[in-house]
Amino acid sequence: MGRKANFEEKQKKGPGKKAKKQQAPVYSFDVREFDGNRKLTSRDKARAKKRALKAAAQQERKAKKQKTAQQPNSKEDELDSTGEEQFSPEEMAELQESAAAQGTQQEKTKKTLFGEEDSDEDKEEEEEEDDDSEGEEDSEDDIETDIEKMSKKLEKENQRRLAEGEAYMEEATSKVGVQIPSLEEVKKEMDGETEPDLPTINSRIKDTAFILADFKKRHEEGRSRAEYMEIFLMDLSTYYSYNTFLMEKLLHMFGPSELIEFLEANELPRPVTIRTNTLRTRRKVLATSLIDRGVDVDIIPWSRVGLVVMRTPGNVTLGATPEYLAGHYILQGASSFLPVMALSPKEGEKILDMCAAPGGKATHIAAIMRNTGMLVANDVNKDRVKAVVGNFHRLGITNSVITTNDGRCFPKIMPRGFDRVLLDAPCSGTGVISKDERVKVSKDPKDINRCSHLQRELLLAAIDSVHKFDGVNGYVVYSTCSVLVEENEEVVEYALKKRNVQLVPTGLDIGKPGFVNYRGKRFNSTMNVCKRIYPHSYNMDGFFIAKLKKMDDTEAPSQAAQAQVKGK
Amino acid sequence: MRPLSNEETKLVLTKLKKYIGQNVRTLLERSDGLYCLRLHNNRVYYVKEEIMKFAVSLPRENLVSLGVCFGKITKGGKFMLRITALDFLHPYCQNKIWVKSSSEDSFLYGNHVYKSGLSRISDNTAKYTGAIVFSSKDIPLGFGVTGKSTPECRLADPMNIICFNQADVGEYIRNEEGLI
Repeated sequence: MGRKANFEEKQKKGPGKKAKKQQAPVYSFDVREFDGNRKLTSRDKARAKKRALKAAAQQERKAKKQKTAQQPNSKEDELDSTGEEQFSPEEMAELQESAAAQGTQQEKTKKTLFGEEDSDEDKEEEEEEDDDSEGEEDSEDDIETDIEKMSKKLEKENQRRLAEGEAYMEEATSKVGVQIPSLEEVKKEMDGETEPDLPTINSRIKDTAFILADFKKRHEEGRSRAEYMEIFLMDLSTYYSYNTFLMEKLLHMFGPSELIEFLEANELPRPVTIRTNTLRTRRKVLATSLIDRGVDVDIIPWSRVGLVVMRTPGNVTLGATPEYLAGHYILQGASSFLPVMALSPKEGEKILDMCAAPGGKATHIAAIMRNTGMLVANDVNKDRVKAVVGNFHRLGITNSVITTNDGRCFPKIMPRGFDRVLLDAPCSGTGVISKDERVKVSKDPKDINRCSHLQRELLLAAIDSVHKFDGVNGYVVYSTCSVLVEENEEVVEYALKKRNVQLVPTGLDIGKPGFVNYRGKRFNSTMNVCKRIYPHSYNMDGFFIAKLKKMDDTEAPSQAAQAQVKGK
Repeated sequence: MRPLSNEETKLVLTKLKKYIGQNVRTLLERSDGLYCLRLHNNRVYYVKEEIMKFAVSLPRENLVSLGVCFGKITKGGKFMLRITALDFLHPYCQNKIWVKSSSEDSFLYGNHVYKSGLSRISDNTAKYTGAIVFSSKDIPLGFGVTGKSTPECRLADPMNIICFNQADVGEYIRNEEGLI
């Protein structure tokens, strides 16, 4: 009988002592010694003297040599020879830099002055070799200098090659030019009975984007930018299967090269992210328990509660683990954290989430408030509210009221009844195309207008349901998962004109500023404090976040704001 | 929404008593504010008084839920605890049952706890009384009614039912529509 193994006692998993963050190293010696301004020792002085002598001797020899063989670019030789004599590393580096700069400068002038480069450069190389042999003869002191010299030479060579390559490329493109078929041909191809060839279209998209990037230089004679744009638009909508209306809107917003990035990002799924329910557990604890199940997770650096899932094993469903059912976390897109972070709810406040389903953001708010105060989660859709109820109870939120009112009625039901309102308005969903591909073809101008109109009504209702309270309270956060200006900046601009509110910074580190000018439209000058999140720049769903502060309770904008509007 | 009548209150509290015993008092007399039980759409809600007062002013037909739903009073006049009440039952509970990690999933699919899946059971658990079911990591998974007392468990067959499943957290996925 062998020894019985003890399977009950399991080895502890997770980060151990060594995984802890290490402190900055402590040096036993004085770091200042390496600063370069230490005092010279007597030996240093002696060495310096020797160096100076050697330099003088070398210079003399060089001068003699130059007299015998009078070369046109003697300046560089001098520079190289002096370069050898310097020993302190700082000086060396400086010298190297200047030498390189000078070298490139010289090359440039050479190129412009002389037609033939090759013969000249060959000469230069020969000279350099001469220098090397000389150096070996008279300097027995260090191998290092040799290495340095060689590296310098290599660097120079590399730079020369790079410059050559660039020049070649430029020349090639300017000579050959990228050509694309005419508009008629493209139209014929698209309208033809056979399916258009996708690889051809893809290469044409790249070509057109290349031309549009520097239109003046690269376009063919006699073809307008509009023609190129139209071809580009048709190709993109065919290749990525969007309707032309939406593609045109996107093209106006992004420009050719960024648009391709955006469209490519929409083809890929976003990483799965989860939010820790801080009412039940902590992020670290949750991460360890998930890792124990074989799920690879990593923290989201800009959030205190987010985890991004790298890999899930086949036998684990993230939406059905005992931890999930016990309400330790919720599956939520990373960009959905942002509106709540912008809202920054405080404990004990009255907060309204106007369009709450399925309750991800609302539960986040409740978790931040630590179940104090009051949270009204509203959604007009009775079926979707069931998900809110489930999530609220699962995550252990007790301070909530869940309703199915129309958001626009809230000013009547509860005029100025709330400290903060989160309005995650219903939208066209152009930021989450990777989640729902139907958006690509289903949206037309009518849909966008309808959305925009509803958003305006909801935003005004949201503003009317917060009360004015100087300082902390009276904030509205407006967010959509759309990237279109019609649903974002224009809606906020409308609210700024209709009510006495101000845009305030969202307090988010990430995101690009909102548009102040857009295709001839001029929005409020503070519009740049809004945040725009794009799928291709942050690998999150597209989002727009604006934070508004209510200035007073009147339903009209202040006189100053009115004057500003009139002035425009 | 209205306060519970005397009979209804009695009904609810006796049911709660099966699980948390005398701790019902601590549930209703809390140090951090006044809490009350309210009836809305035949559901019993446990809610802070401030929130209840606010909810009164909202349109009744659009009010879905407030605070925490404890359960439902059926048309036959019985009170049924729902899984949503678990949050307030498990800190005060008297009888605990721990299941093995291998049979956690089985319980979460709505099955009873069998002797084969039983890991531990608290001492002096009586027969046919309420108990909370925990996972091996002490995560509350649901509650049920014991089928055997603690001494009986020792002698039970592997397929004997130790705890009849009344509610489990799997319902959050299985039965989201009918949660409240």
